[in-house]
Amino acid sequence: MTLVLDEAGLALAAPDKARAINVLPGLTDRIFRTVAYAAGGITVAIMVAVGLFLSLRASTALRVAGFSFLTQRAWAPEHQIFGVGAVLFGTVTIALIALAISLPLSLGTALLLSEVVGGRLRGVLVTLVDLMAAVPSIVFGLWGVYFLQAEIIPVSQWIATSFSWIPVFAVTNADGSSATDASAFTSSAFIAGIVVGLMVVPTQTSIMREAFTRAPIGEREGAYALGATRWGMIRTVVLPFGTGGIIGGTMLGLGRALGETIAVYMIISPIFDINWQVLKTGSNSVSALIALRYGEASDFGLSALMAAGLVLFVLTLIVNFTASSIVARSRSGAESDG
Amino acid sequence: MAESAQLTLEQPRTTLPSITDADVPEGPRRGVRGYTPRQLFDLFGSMLGAVALATLLFGWFLPLDGPIGWFVVAFVSFLVLYALMVRTDADRQEVADRVVTVLIGSAGVILIGALVFIVVYTLTRGSEAMFHWNFLTQTMQYAGPLDPLSVGGIMHAIVGTLIQISIALVITVPLGIGTAVYLNEVGGRFARFVRTVSDAMTALPSIVAGLFVYAALIQAVTKERSGLAAAIAITVMMMPIVVRSADVVLRLVPQNLREASYALGSSRWSTVWHVVLPTARSGLVTAVILGTARGIGETSPVLLTSGITAALNTNPLSGPMISLPLQVFDFVRSPEPTMVARGFGAAAVLLALVLTLFLIARALGGKAPGELSDRQRRRALEASKRDLDRFTIRANRAAPLDEFEPPASLEKVTA
Repeated sequence: MTLVLDEAGLALAAPDKARAINVLPGLTDRIFRTVAYAAGGITVAIMVAVGLFLSLRASTALRVAGFSFLTQRAWAPEHQIFGVGAVLFGTVTIALIALAISLPLSLGTALLLSEVVGGRLRGVLVTLVDLMAAVPSIVFGLWGVYFLQAEIIPVSQWIATSFSWIPVFAVTNADGSSATDASAFTSSAFIAGIVVGLMVVPTQTSIMREAFTRAPIGEREGAYALGATRWGMIRTVVLPFGTGGIIGGTMLGLGRALGETIAVYMIISPIFDINWQVLKTGSNSVSALIALRYGEASDFGLSALMAAGLVLFVLTLIVNFTASSIVARSRSGAESDG
Repeated sequence: MAESAQLTLEQPRTTLPSITDADVPEGPRRGVRGYTPRQLFDLFGSMLGAVALATLLFGWFLPLDGPIGWFVVAFVSFLVLYALMVRTDADRQEVADRVVTVLIGSAGVILIGALVFIVVYTLTRGSEAMFHWNFLTQTMQYAGPLDPLSVGGIMHAIVGTLIQISIALVITVPLGIGTAVYLNEVGGRFARFVRTVSDAMTALPSIVAGLFVYAALIQAVTKERSGLAAAIAITVMMMPIVVRSADVVLRLVPQNLREASYALGSSRWSTVWHVVLPTARSGLVTAVILGTARGIGETSPVLLTSGITAALNTNPLSGPMISLPLQVFDFVRSPEPTMVARGFGAAAVLLALVLTLFLIARALGGKAPGELSDRQRRRALEASKRDLDRFTIRANRAAPLDEFEPPASLEKVTA
């Protein structure tokens, strides 16, 4: 840098200025930018159109039903009496049962894959679990209807007789006496929950496994050096570092369980009432309701179904966004200097 | 050159501590994996004890029966017996460690066993219908529910699936990858908005995508269900998945590759076309294939949009066109055993298709961006050798002949 001195010998500010970077994109670049912008624009336009269309059509029904849409149990749009109270309850019940089945299985398997097995076997098992995430849901549905249902009914009966003092597990007839006949246990939320649970396990497992393998090696070796057993190391290092992955993976699985249609539709026998007895025949879900009623629906009935779909969409959206923000935060915070 | 290198070696400025083999104390390496004979004895001994105990309790001592109850009792008594056996020569920490390891292992065995069983069960029950060749080459047009398996097949559903997924791919692949390129290479405030919206849309339940197409296209415009409507429903469902996974893949392309390309004076477009996309190729292919597998297997969007038919329909613009998952669903609604067998056969074909796609994706996509296969590396090596030859010849032409000296690196390349 050259200094320009004035007569008093004081240094003035250097006359060189930062050269203005004047990038004039060429023709191909301008075309590229436009095309890329258009691709992004079209994608967003499609998605926003879906959202807007759903909201607009749903608003017709929502205006009629008002706030009672969330609490009303019956579904008779032709008589202006409709609401998602019962189906939403069924959806959440099935999703929670799915979670109760999938959480221990996926947590255990993720720990098995990240901490216990190694070498070639680990690679094979990881591929196998990822492969299961691609199995179509109708295959799970078939298995649930034609195999699991017959095998699980004795278990349902056993739970119902042994734990009937817990209200959720009791199965009663209309007159209040406890039911023992096998036909009272078919097509229940419990069976649908098991099938959906197995369906979401692979997704949960791979997210949890990824979080566990990120636990820093320095802290792991530190725990071993202090004399910890493997379980001690897992408890003090892997699980704390993987908390975000456990919560996020579980919630992503929950999001998928809430939206699952075909397996639930094949298994449950639909009812429009809140059924607290999860082992008893009869349940419902929002997506099964749509699959069941879209064909015979009038214009207004369709609008009511859209409102139900919108409620489900908002629910899964909240679950998914919470999950992904938890996963993202755990990733940025979990790195150590080791 | 060689002399100065020698000098610096002889007169090191700093002394580095050096570790030789003699300094390291000898000792057995502590293993954290693997089993000793004693541990195996504990494991199998308590397993045997648990089986014996459960069998004794069931039927002899207690009024219990049923295979699942037997299993629960056997498992619980196995855990207790195992903990007691380990306790005989280990402290509580180690007992907890062993018991938890067994629990983790059982979770893995149950899960992977169940998942493999689901696949094997479907394939086995499906093989009954698949053994008839006509199952893959005929349609259900002239076959009723009471006809034996040697009549009728699912050719129309296979063709329908292929047509629908092709239309969906023609829309999804350019648009999805274009959007991902936009998100990563152009950026800006609008790109963040696009990313948020497409992340949100991954939460859209697939049945709602089907309902949207049913109301917006079938009820409002075409008034009939068609293959095109089904393809659009699949597109709405697949698009966010492909955008999201392609976005992740493009984000993995090392930034310094892009910077190197810009430093050589190339434009944005040529950087994307010659550097970013080739580097991410295998990942992008994987993203598209996995999206395709999801799109093929999903029943709910086509349930509302494609319509059900027993005949072959190759025109996506008019008339119902059934696809494999919907055909499975339609078959098993019938109580006839042959129809259920056909349903399992169609499910097995669908499963085989999806698993093949997954294995192709795995074979292509196991590599990180920029990692080359042997063949690609050899080709890159040959290309740079050709370049070197060209430069040498050009340099030769410019310089007088007696001053020519082949560059040293040439030998390295040829070796």
